[in-house]
Amino acid sequence: MPAGTLYRGREGMWSWVAHRVTGVLIFFFLFVHVLDTALVRVSPEAYDDVVATYKTPVVALLEYGLVAAILFHALNGLRIIAVDFWSEGPRYQKQMLWSAVGIWVVLMAGALYPVLGHAFREVFGS
Amino acid sequence: MSDTTLGTSGTGSPDGASLYDRDHPAPIIEPPRQRTAKSPGTRARGNFEMYGWLFMRLSGIVLVVLVIGHLLIQLVLDGGVSKIGFAFVAGRWASPWWQAWDLGMLWLAMLHGTNGLRTVVDDYAERPGTRMWLKGLLYTATVFTILLGTLVIFTFDPNIR
Repeated sequence: MPAGTLYRGREGMWSWVAHRVTGVLIFFFLFVHVLDTALVRVSPEAYDDVVATYKTPVVALLEYGLVAAILFHALNGLRIIAVDFWSEGPRYQKQMLWSAVGIWVVLMAGALYPVLGHAFREVFGS
Repeated sequence: MSDTTLGTSGTGSPDGASLYDRDHPAPIIEPPRQRTAKSPGTRARGNFEMYGWLFMRLSGIVLVVLVIGHLLIQLVLDGGVSKIGFAFVAGRWASPWWQAWDLGMLWLAMLHGTNGLRTVVDDYAERPGTRMWLKGLLYTATVFTILLGTLVIFTFDPNIR
């Protein structure tokens, strides 16, 4: 590892690390997602076959993880914009991070049933 | 930077001059990866990095709207992932509005992600050859994915069967 990768720690550094990790994960999913969508140009059956895997309980969990990564990246990204463009932004960066985490927790709780409900019913029966 | 005894070579003092004086109680540490006379490609790159920085923020704001809307439609509303299929895609892409939505999301997300990964490669791959190969792979994959996705959106045929 290059020297100096572990910086000062605390909210500033760890939100930066989480932003990178979520960004890379989302980007790799994006490649796969464009490829699977491209199957609509092959045949309806080919597309529906692949989408069927997206509806299985295990992949539903991965989708919940994807939603978690995207929502964190979006909320922290708005925080970064505020830090860069709002004159008081750097002063409130910690408070803004914990606000973003709070909103993230609420949204993830809200996404629980819509994203995982069908998987729950399939695994535990109706 | 400094005006007195400090050279431009960071913390070291090859010529033996003192690094410390009344105005400099501690050695000055150069910012990492600062361009010096010895680093390759010292010619100015214009404002490319500034425009890249700005693009990440502007595209980020637009992507928050496009992607969260996309997630709501695909994973939350109207039965969530269960309703997705060829017929659902055909229904949505019958509308130029959703075609434009998906096209904008594809281009912005790919460019935003590619620029992000370019930064990650530059930060962690130290050897110039490794960087060149990783970024070559990245740009190839990006061009392929953007072209493929664009082609699919514009040539979609609901009556392919």
